[in-house]
Amino acid sequence: MGTTASTTSNEKIWNGGNKPLNASYGKMMMWFFIVSDALTFSGFIVSYGFARFKFADSWPIADEVFTHVPFIHGQELPMIYVAFMTFVLIMSSVTMVMAVDAGHKMEKSKVTFYMFLTIIGGIIFVGSQAWEWATFIKGDYGAVKTKGGNILQFLDAETSKRVSVEDFAFEFSSVRNQHHSYNGIWYDNEGSLPTYNIDEVIAGFEANPNILVRKQILDENGHKTILSREESLNVLKETGVSIVNGANLYENEYGVPLFANFFFFITGFHGFHVFSGIVLNIIIFFNVIIGTYEKRKSYEMVEKVGLYWHFVDLVWVFVFTFFYLV
Amino acid sequence: MAGHAHKLEIFRGLIKFKSNTQKIIGVLILLSIVTLVEVVLGIYKPEVLNQSFANLKLLNWVFIILTIVKAYYITWDFMHMRDETSILRRIVVWTAVFLILYLSFIFIQEAGYIFDEFDDPSNYIKTDF
Repeated sequence: MGTTASTTSNEKIWNGGNKPLNASYGKMMMWFFIVSDALTFSGFIVSYGFARFKFADSWPIADEVFTHVPFIHGQELPMIYVAFMTFVLIMSSVTMVMAVDAGHKMEKSKVTFYMFLTIIGGIIFVGSQAWEWATFIKGDYGAVKTKGGNILQFLDAETSKRVSVEDFAFEFSSVRNQHHSYNGIWYDNEGSLPTYNIDEVIAGFEANPNILVRKQILDENGHKTILSREESLNVLKETGVSIVNGANLYENEYGVPLFANFFFFITGFHGFHVFSGIVLNIIIFFNVIIGTYEKRKSYEMVEKVGLYWHFVDLVWVFVFTFFYLV
Repeated sequence: MAGHAHKLEIFRGLIKFKSNTQKIIGVLILLSIVTLVEVVLGIYKPEVLNQSFANLKLLNWVFIILTIVKAYYITWDFMHMRDETSILRRIVVWTAVFLILYLSFIFIQEAGYIFDEFDDPSNYIKTDF
């Protein structure tokens, strides 16, 4: 009896059409892809944590870096814009679940509508991230880089607000020309020169007695160390070498170079995921419109692409915490 | 379609929704509130939460816990983990959680060591690079 029973069930198992774990092949593979992608992101975020703990006493403060909101100028509004971005992504996640839910009920027009909203949400998010990058790369106050690669920023002594380098630096007439390969040694060239050089900044600093230098080292209360006037002048003359505006992969005006590197790599990698999510969503959106899933009598593809889209949202929740909050 | 029964309870049955759509709206409200709390804490940074616990500020612990709460609801309700079989849930969640905890532990531990080495004035290593 027992043998016959197992034989029949074996035939049933190996004849295909089975759903181990009660999930279809595609959905299960999507879950396994998500697990491996989650580990890639953890690798990124954990190495960000590594760099941060290594420079625990001098890491830039996110609230002072990401203070801009589009269309609102001259105000420092930390967190507001990134909170908006988070909300957009959560909303597009919600419209995605709504699409999946409508798919279960085989309501084609509803699936189409919610997929459309999801795509729009994704595009708004990627656009916001592009704006955030542009602002970050452009920078606002500028800073002086020291021989050792540290960053010195400038403050108003009375208001203790940041002062832009452009506001006080002198402009000497003897400006060095940028070296291009066509007017010098042919195999050698250099990047665009900053607007001011270190001598102009020092001269401007001497002429403005109410400006102080702020170092990157944090004090006991978690604030950046502000030097006295004499110390400021000293450190500027002794160690200052060049002016930094905004951020690139080599240096940035906010502090440790690794801060900008991780910002570019982690939000960039996440943004790339959002971008591919939008492309997948658009493909599925058109498949819904032409009725592919109506004919197939199953909207499971919407569910699978939905899993990926929620995963992108899930990752953003962590990026938001570790980049902007902690 | 048959076979798509959703579990409609959250908070271990404290709140039970009438339909899946209602549950989605409920989870959206929950996620929005948590995000709002995070943003308000991030802007005002209350002094009470400034003391540290296990080498990390209380405020940061709050942020990390709230993030995990959000991650739980996104996975369980948006990604329908609540409706999957328990073995699929365990395969996905335990694997990821175990590996991520291990990775975090070795990296953060090592970073702390490197920081101490740089910070030690009796060493001839400088962070000034």
